[in-house]
Amino acid sequence: MVSFPGQTYGGSSFIEFLRADYPDLLPSLAGYDWSQVQIPHGTTVLSLVYADGALMAGDRLATEGYQVATRDIEKVYKIDETCTMAIAGAAGPAIEMMRIFRVELEMWQKLEGHDLTFEGKANRLSFLIRQNLPAAMQGMVVMPLFAGFDHEKDRGRIYKFDVTGGRYGETDYYATGSGGKDARSSLKKSFRDQLARDEAVDAAVEALIDAADEDRGTGGIDMRRHIYPTVKLITSAGVEDISDDEIIAAYDRVSKQRKAA
Amino acid sequence: MSAPFYVSPEQQTQDKAEFARKGIARGKPIVAFDFQDGVIMMAENRSGSLRKLGEIYDRIAFAGVGKFDEYENLRKQGVRYADLRGYQFSRDDVSASSLATEYSAALGHQFSQPYAKPIEVELLVCEVGHERNAYFQVQFDGSVRDRTSYVAIGGDFEKLEAGLKEDWKDGLSLQEAVSMGRKALTRALNGSGTLEAEALEVVLLDRRREGRKFRRLNTSEIQEIVQA
Repeated sequence: MVSFPGQTYGGSSFIEFLRADYPDLLPSLAGYDWSQVQIPHGTTVLSLVYADGALMAGDRLATEGYQVATRDIEKVYKIDETCTMAIAGAAGPAIEMMRIFRVELEMWQKLEGHDLTFEGKANRLSFLIRQNLPAAMQGMVVMPLFAGFDHEKDRGRIYKFDVTGGRYGETDYYATGSGGKDARSSLKKSFRDQLARDEAVDAAVEALIDAADEDRGTGGIDMRRHIYPTVKLITSAGVEDISDDEIIAAYDRVSKQRKAA
Repeated sequence: MSAPFYVSPEQQTQDKAEFARKGIARGKPIVAFDFQDGVIMMAENRSGSLRKLGEIYDRIAFAGVGKFDEYENLRKQGVRYADLRGYQFSRDDVSASSLATEYSAALGHQFSQPYAKPIEVELLVCEVGHERNAYFQVQFDGSVRDRTSYVAIGGDFEKLEAGLKEDWKDGLSLQEAVSMGRKALTRALNGSGTLEAEALEVVLLDRRREGRKFRRLNTSEIQEIVQA
């Protein structure tokens, strides 16, 4: 068989390919005491299932200890046409994990000629998180959330993870990061089965406002700098970005309702 | 121990080339050419799962004729090569010319190995650009040809290219492009039947698409175009 220099691996997984032929390209952050340095951390991300699929949202603040690291960091990423990943915890390794995950799914699709199943995608992310366990034990914790549209089951689905790569399906909603608990409390009140699109966006924006109210690390809506939370919808048609104007409209609706109460 | 028979390098190379050409000529041809939205590639292929045309990266597609296992293996290596480069550098740093060079090196190396079987494939690497598209034709011995506008590879390619030369013009619509490709591939059948939609594999590199430009037309889409 003819082979390219630097390719002994013959399978369809990008992660396995790197491991076999380019181990130096795999992130390895183990073996350092990460409590000695400050790196940017993402704060609150949330996801919920609604009538047409799933919604994924996050605020835009990254913190370094007690300082603001970035005011407009992106924490919600489209991975492919069916799924998104949101990051909380150490931002640098989480973004790198997201990049590898993207290539992993794309390469599989191109080599095998079809998509991985939703379950299969979640499993690959589990695997990546497990790879990070030694670094997590030294303080470099990555806490992603995974949500998308499962075409086989014909509905939106959410997975949360623990540091060991443990994978848990959520049927309704979940939020993680420093303001995750506050966002969850908010979603607990607003969540119903089969929310419509606008209701789902309102619930997400309200939960992020609640989280920003209670948690110092979570960014609110910054009208002066025009920085708004990210909200993405994943439906059978693909991944859709909610525009800033729609977020502002949702914010207005939520504020009005609260004033009236 | 008896000494092996002496065979001159010229003779060896000629024998190998003849062997490879025979294998490739048995393969069904592939055509690729510019149309108004980018690049279109077409092949006669009755299998829905064993493909001759494939996606490599954002702007790059691949076609192979000859032995399936050999070009499929080369396609997969190309995908790994492109994905690795895109991850290591950036998505814009992956180009068809560097991939064609890589294919050329791999095939050339194999061809020059004294006791190795030459590869019985011919490849086409296409890239859609903003203004100009690129076509690299890589042959079994590693030689590369840089082509423009239209190209055919595989059995009877000379006849096909003569036909393409007559029919091809700038700014073909998708429908015109599909019917032109179908006409060319039908000509290669030498009068033994026509090609219905189920027998065609059609892929596009559509520059209007965001990110990954590759699109495979499904049978019903092809049917619609052919019947229109």
